[in-house]
Order: sequence, then C-alpha cells, then structure tokens
Amino acid sequence: MSDKRAECLSGKGVTKVFGMGDKKTVAVDHVDFDFREGEIVSIVGESGSGKTTLSKMLLGLISVTEGDVMFQGKPRDISNGQKKKEYWKGIQAIFQDPFSSYNTFNKIDAVLLDCINMRGGKNLPYEEKFAMMREACSFVNLEFKELTNKYPFELSGGQMQRLMIARIFLLKPKILLADEPTSMIDACSRATILDMLLKLRDEINMTIIFITHDIGLAYYVSDSVYIMEHGKFVEHGSAEDVILRPKAAYTQRLINDVPKIYEEWDLSTV
Amino acid sequence: MKNTIRQVFHSPKFVIGFIIFAALLLTTIIYPIVVATDPLEMVGNGNFFKPGTYVSVKDAVEGSKYTLNVDVQSASLGSKISAEDKEAMKEWLVKFGGVAEADIDIEDAEGLIGLWEANYSENAEQKGLTSSKKKYYVRLNKNIDGILLNNDVIIAQENSETGELEQSASIGSQEFVNTKDVANRRTFILGTDNFGRDVLTELVHATKTSLRVGLIAGVIATLIGLFLGLISGYVGGVVDDLIMFITNMFTVIPSFVLLILISYSVGQNARGVNLVGIIIGITSWTWTTRSVRSQVISLRNRDHVNLSKLSGHSMMRIVLTDILPYLASYVVMAFILQISSGILAEAQLSMLGLGPSTSNAATLGLMMNWATLYAAPLNGSWWAYFPVVITIALIAFSLNLMNTGLDQVFNPQLRD
Amino acid sequence: MGKVMLEVKNLKTKYVTRQREDVFAVDGVSLKIEEGKSLGVAGESGCGKSTLALSLMGYYFPPLHYISGDIIVDGNNISGLKPDDVRKKILGTEIAYIPQAAMNALNPTQKIIRFIEDVIHVHDPKATKKDIYDLAKERFAILGLPEEVLQKHAVELSGGMKQRTVIAISTILSPKVLIADEPSSALDVTSQKMVIKMMRDLMEKGFIKSMIFITHELPLLYNVTDDIMVMYAGQIVERGTAKEMVFDPLHPYTKGLMGSIIVPEEGVRENKLIAIPGTPPNLKHPPKGCRFADRCKYATPTCMAMEVPALEVPSKEGGADREYRCLMSVRKIREVYEDE
Repeated sequence: MSDKRAECLSGKGVTKVFGMGDKKTVAVDHVDFDFREGEIVSIVGESGSGKTTLSKMLLGLISVTEGDVMFQGKPRDISNGQKKKEYWKGIQAIFQDPFSSYNTFNKIDAVLLDCINMRGGKNLPYEEKFAMMREACSFVNLEFKELTNKYPFELSGGQMQRLMIARIFLLKPKILLADEPTSMIDACSRATILDMLLKLRDEINMTIIFITHDIGLAYYVSDSVYIMEHGKFVEHGSAEDVILRPKAAYTQRLINDVPKIYEEWDLSTV
Repeated sequence: MKNTIRQVFHSPKFVIGFIIFAALLLTTIIYPIVVATDPLEMVGNGNFFKPGTYVSVKDAVEGSKYTLNVDVQSASLGSKISAEDKEAMKEWLVKFGGVAEADIDIEDAEGLIGLWEANYSENAEQKGLTSSKKKYYVRLNKNIDGILLNNDVIIAQENSETGELEQSASIGSQEFVNTKDVANRRTFILGTDNFGRDVLTELVHATKTSLRVGLIAGVIATLIGLFLGLISGYVGGVVDDLIMFITNMFTVIPSFVLLILISYSVGQNARGVNLVGIIIGITSWTWTTRSVRSQVISLRNRDHVNLSKLSGHSMMRIVLTDILPYLASYVVMAFILQISSGILAEAQLSMLGLGPSTSNAATLGLMMNWATLYAAPLNGSWWAYFPVVITIALIAFSLNLMNTGLDQVFNPQLRD
Repeated sequence: MGKVMLEVKNLKTKYVTRQREDVFAVDGVSLKIEEGKSLGVAGESGCGKSTLALSLMGYYFPPLHYISGDIIVDGNNISGLKPDDVRKKILGTEIAYIPQAAMNALNPTQKIIRFIEDVIHVHDPKATKKDIYDLAKERFAILGLPEEVLQKHAVELSGGMKQRTVIAISTILSPKVLIADEPSSALDVTSQKMVIKMMRDLMEKGFIKSMIFITHELPLLYNVTDDIMVMYAGQIVERGTAKEMVFDPLHPYTKGLMGSIIVPEEGVRENKLIAIPGTPPNLKHPPKGCRFADRCKYATPTCMAMEVPALEVPSKEGGADREYRCLMSVRKIREVYEDE
C-alpha cells in the first residue's frame, strides 16, 4: 500500500448495531480502513460476515451507529438530502444481481439519461447527450443503436452488468463500490467485466472497493485486501501478502478450503 | 404495458369475467335510456303480480273482435280446473266410479271430464267420504257443468235515465281480440314487487346503484390502503409502527360490526347511497394496507431502489417511479376485489335494514330486504328475489373471475 | 476396464416453457461411466447441465419431456419406464440424485431418522426401526456425521451439516450412480470442502459405485472427478481426464472456460483471463452447424453449415479416449493455440 496516493475514503471504529436489547446484533464491529485514490481494494468475507452492511454504510444508505468515516480527508457529512446528493456524486455502486438492479419499467435510454442529468447535463442539447451515451456504451463494448428503446430485461446478465459500468462511466464518481459484481454472471463474461473495471480505474483514476466472497477473485483484481470475519477485519495488507503469506488463522483456513489447481488441495484438513 | 394488456385479454378467465361485467354495466346504462319510467313508481295495485303481459279488460271488450273457429273449450278446461281438483276427480272415479286407474290420464283434461260426466252421480254410494267432502264434489260438479255450458257473456250498461241494465253487447266463446288492438298493455317481464313496482326496471336501477356503492367503497378502500401501505412500508420506523398499530386495531374489530355501528349511528335519513359507499370504504382498507406494506418492504431492499437513491432522487419520485409501478398489478386486483366485497357489504347492510334510505333509490340489498319483509319466498313470488340473487352472484362472479385472470397473468407461479 | 455402471446413448430431452415453446436442453448426449469412476459435467448457466441431471434419472414429468435415446444402468435400460416405476425401482437403489437446494427439501417437522425410514421402506417395507437405526448409525459414523443428528430436526442443523445429511440419506441404499447437481454451490468454502470430502469418502468406501458431479466451478471438478465433460448449448463439446481438460483443452470453448479459472495461487495474477464475446445460442431454435461457431474466433463457413460430429482421439495419458466436437484436427488445434 503506497501512502503517497491521496486519501480517498477512510474510517475509524466504524460500527453498525441492529436492534436493541436482547435482539441486538453487531453486524460491523469497530473496523478501521484507509482506501487510497486509484486503488482497488477487496473486502473478502463469507456470507454473514457483515461485508454487505459495511458497504451500505460506506454508500450512506444506512446510518453508522458509531465511528467516523472520512471522505477525501474530511469528515463525511450526509446529514440532509442535499448533502447526501453531493456525496453520491463522489461514490457510486454496482450490485450483485443485474436483474434486480434495473427498474423494469424504464428503458435503457432513461437509465443513461438520468446519469447525464445527475452530472449536471440536464440542459445539454440532445445531440450532445446522445454522443455521451454512445461513448459510454462503446466503453463497455455495447452498441448504443441496439440498446435504444429497449428494456434492460431484454439483455443478458453480462450485458446488463456492462450497462451498469456504462452508467458508472457517465457518472465518473471518485469511488466505485462493486458488491459481488460477477457472482451472478457466467465465467466467460466475468473476464469482460473485470477488464472494464480495471479500465475504469486506469482512465478515471477511480478507487474501486470490491466486495466478494471469492478469495481467488480478490487476489486477481486487487491491490490490497481486507479479510472480514464476524464484523471485524482480521487481516489487511497488499494482495500478495495477505493471500500468499496469510498470517491470521481465519485467512489461512479460508485459503486452504478453496479448491486449487496448481498445488495439491489438501482434503484432510477438515 | 401494451404487452401486458394483450396478455390480460388472452386469459380466458379474465375475458369471460369482463364480458359478464361489461354486459351488466351496459344494461344499467342503456336500459334506462330505452325505458324511461321511474323505477320506484308503484304501478301495480297490490302485492307481487306475476310476470307476464297485462292488457286492459275494458279495451279488450270494446276492441274489434275476430271469430276464430278453434276449440276454446279444452284450453279453458285445462286452465280453469286446478290440479288439486283433477286429483280429487281421479280419486273419486277410481273409488266410486268403477273406472280403472290405468284409464285415467290427469294431463288430458277433456278425457278426464268426459269420464267424470259419464260416471259421476251425486247419489252414488260414497262409502267412507265425509259429508264436507261429498259437498265439495257436488260443488266441483256444478263448476264443471258451468264451464261446459259455453254460453255467451252478456255485457250490460246502465241506462242513465232509467237506471236499468241494458244489454249492449255479448261476447261469444269463439270471439278473440288481437292484443295489438288493445291500447293499454303493460308487460312486466319479472312481474311486480310488494309495492307494485316493475321488478325489472327496479332491478336495473338497483344494480346501477349497487355498482356505484361498490365503486365508491372500492376507490376509497384502495386509496386509503395504498397510501398507508406505501408510507408504512417505505418510511418504516415509528411511522410504520403507528400505522400498523391502527391497521391491526381495525383488523381485529370485525369490519362488519364496525360497519353496522357506523351505519346505525349515522341515522336512517342521512344515509344516502354515497354515504353508505364511503362508510363501507373506510371500514375495509386494512388488508390492502397490510399487503401493500409487505410488498413495499421487499421492494425497498431491491437494488434498483438503492441505485435510485444513489442517483439522488427524492423519496416522492422513488415511491412513484420505482415502487408504485411494481405494485400496480396487485393494486388493480385488490381494487376489483374491493368493489365486489363492497357490493356484498351493501347487500348485507340493506338486508339488516341499515342500507341507504329507501325513499329515492333501490339497491340490490334493499330489494332483497323488501322481498324478505313481505314474505315473497313463502308465497311463491320467486320473481321478487331470485333475479336479485342472480345479479349479485353474477357481479361477484365476474369480478372474481377477472381477478383470478389478472392474478394468473401477473403471478407467473400460478400460470398452469 | 471396469464394469460399466451407466451408459447413455444419444439422449435427447426437452422442456416446455410457460409460453409452450420447446427448449431442446439436452440434444444428443452420450456418456459412459465405469465402476469406481466419477465424471464431472461443467458448463455455464443455461447450457442444459441441470436438465441433463434430471434426464439421466429417467424420471420425466412436465415440463421435462423425453424425446429419444437410451439410459442403461448396470445393464438395464430404464429409458422407457413409467415415472412411478422409476420412483419405486430406480431412485435410491440404482440412481440417487442431489439437487443444489437439497438441504431445503427436508421437512422441518420431521426428525432425520424418519427420512431414512421413508427411503428404506419404499424398497423394503419389512425393515424394522431398529435395523434401520443401526444401519444409519453405522453409515453416519463412517461418514463422520455425529449420531445425534439422527434424532434432530432439520432446522437444528447448519447449512453444511444439512447438505451432508441429505447426501447421507440419499445414498443410504448404496446406489450405483450418484448424480449431484451443484451440491456445494450454496455453501461457504469450509462447508463445501466437507461436502466434497464426504463425496470422496462415499466413493472410496464403495457406498456409491460411480458419480456424476455437475457444477460450474471448474477448480472444484478438477479436484473431485476423474473425468470432466464440458457441455455447451445442450451438447457435450469435449470430454477427457480432469488434468487434460484443464491444462490441455482442445475445443475452443473449453479453452475459454479454462482460461477464466481464478484461484488464489501464486502466479495467477499474471495470467490473462480469456473472455468469450457473445452469448450462447437460443436452445428453442438450435443452430444447424457448430453451436459455438458464432462466438469462436477460429470458425470457418463450414463450421456454420454442417453439424459437427464428436471425434475420438487417444488420450496422451493412456486412459479412455478423449472426445471433442470441433472440425479442426488435434494437430491444427495445437498449432493455433501455440501461435497465441
């Protein structure tokens, strides 16, 4: 992790508690993190580890029970609707399930136009808007001509997820939070999505927070990795360090339990 | 959207329900235009006239006459001697007349009377018959003789000077009038009710009124249910708790009891058609609220709503564009069911005498109420209540059929 | 060569969608498994691998329909049997099937031992409760499942434990073929490993004579099965030993699939992932020629025009013959891949 890069999103003692009294559950328990600009960070955890709750807090969709989140070096302020709107210009997301990520009553044009409007392009002439949409579509290898006047559900899962990336390309946020963006699509389309995420980072110097349960995928894409267990980060560091030379027992177990190709997969350790 | 509508009209259940409902609705619109009489006009002077065409006797007598060489006797015999009398005649003939039972055919009135004339005698030995029964047979015999006499009917007029009756015309048994020549005719397809009103006209207007009650109740219940469900589900927290508390309270108190209490406290004279619709509406929204709320809660956590929030859309816009369209199909179905249950609730209320005030319009429930009060089922006046029951059943059936059809289109799990 | 446990000859089945359209999801599949061997079926979603799993049981009910082909289990052809006969005579003793969500199929109001009694009573109505309990206890002990599980309800068990219990129940009659359709995909990695270990134990201890393992996770197949078959658009495009398939794929689609494997091992970051453009063909109207042709960068007009037969070539490792469905010769394929 190079500290030369500018601070982007960091947190100290971030905690989320659901419920009260006997039903109290601590979903995220005092986690500290520091994501730098242009970095791809993976948060790896199994189901129930609290990674989705953490991602929703980072997005400002749910409130933080305790702790501070710093955005670009300053404390994040999302106390009212206007400030939230401002914050969301800096952070955007791609979710796991492309089929539920679209309002099925809106056409694809509306999805993309909405992004242009949000970036303040509401009063641009139509030609310019179309040029922007065409550019965004070609960024993700889609043909805008074929998409216009169509509904998102007429596309395949991989195409829908690519359209999500086109949306991010138009919004150009500082941070992209990708919550398992490839887990619902086929292996052959996965490479395309990952390539495009990397291209986004390179072209816009975007910070990408990659949330996944697949430790191999985290190793493949990220610069640094945070391993999460029961709401806590048990280990973090550069991808090479964490995955190839894991220190925490949990990380070691996790890596041990994933089937291997090049090395022997030891089945006796269960 | 277009596709969905096409799909809806491909569902046979929906189409059948829709046709029945549209037919009922069109009848209530077109019939009053064609037949402009007041539905509450008391035409008949008496209770429960049976269905049929009524012609003026005076017009018939005074109208031009046609002599037809047809056998009028057997038809009159058939209709003038009651079935009971025929049974009695048969009994007598078998017991005392010495006629074999196999030779007697009750259906053949002429033959029966022939046998009767040949075998009956007042003085025959009638062992085991009470004297009143004997007298009954004597009377019956005279009756039959009268029918067989076939004399002309004399029409007499009072002479204004002398005050004496003078024969003005006679009507022979072979004389007929053409019903078209009779100026004053009235056809009651479904007869008249206890107040002497034409049941058909009344029924059409009642259906219209009941549909209006159902529609008002449905609109109000659906609007309240939808509004509270959306707020409760989307906002959550304390608002949700409060709304659900109220909803649960309304759910536990049986809404029909509530309906009776409100209707009663409003008072007989103030209860118009619209007010009854409103009262039914505000007591039946709870289920819509509950199901809309649960659907909104599951929608609220969908990623497209999260993305819409991230795009900086206002709550109003998210609810209207990202949540409401997903509920639309459900709300339409709930609305249809609410109309149906509103009509039934009105019928129930009116049966109890708590329906709309009776003076200006009939409703299906009121018609049932009157039929019951005047003992129509007991005196065999089926036309006063049976068509009403059929109409209520048809409305409920068609609406429910439409609902099931829609459900099959919108809910893929139920398809086949 | 071992005894052939399951042989399938040119099996064709279809399922009917809600719009009453036919989808030819299994379109001419042939395979053979010998005793003591396991076969993996890999493929992307919608390639027909789950339909294949259902079709192999010979247990057809709408929307799945049988078209043609033979399924021979240990010498008996079961493809013409009625569903009821299949359920009574085949399922459990000849073929056992484990679907992905098997663990959710347990009725929560019943104890685990009741399910085992049910399974055994279908085939042996006279078995006493004690005999069944003893058998179950012994089997559970060998498979490393605690005995208490037998007296518990499904809701008291964790996801991984439930799935392992279901597998133990389905194989209690020692079937000749076990068909497992994504048995571990819904589980976390640790439970997945336990399920895999258990399936290996079942094979090693002879409780199942052969196994078909269907999944989209290639690293898993590589570690579990002897042979791997890759399915694409209702057909088998390639079959070979696990090692050959992963490190020396012949068919361009297999090559792409293997090129998308990501494992957390040293050097993986330097591998370039292979992306295959386009989408699989619609199985309502399968293309006439090679089904992969429109996505294949080596495709020629001939590929589009003629149906490609499966070619058998001798395996380098001396095992059973490999099979692949491509018009290019092995030498040509090696040359083309070498050039990249």
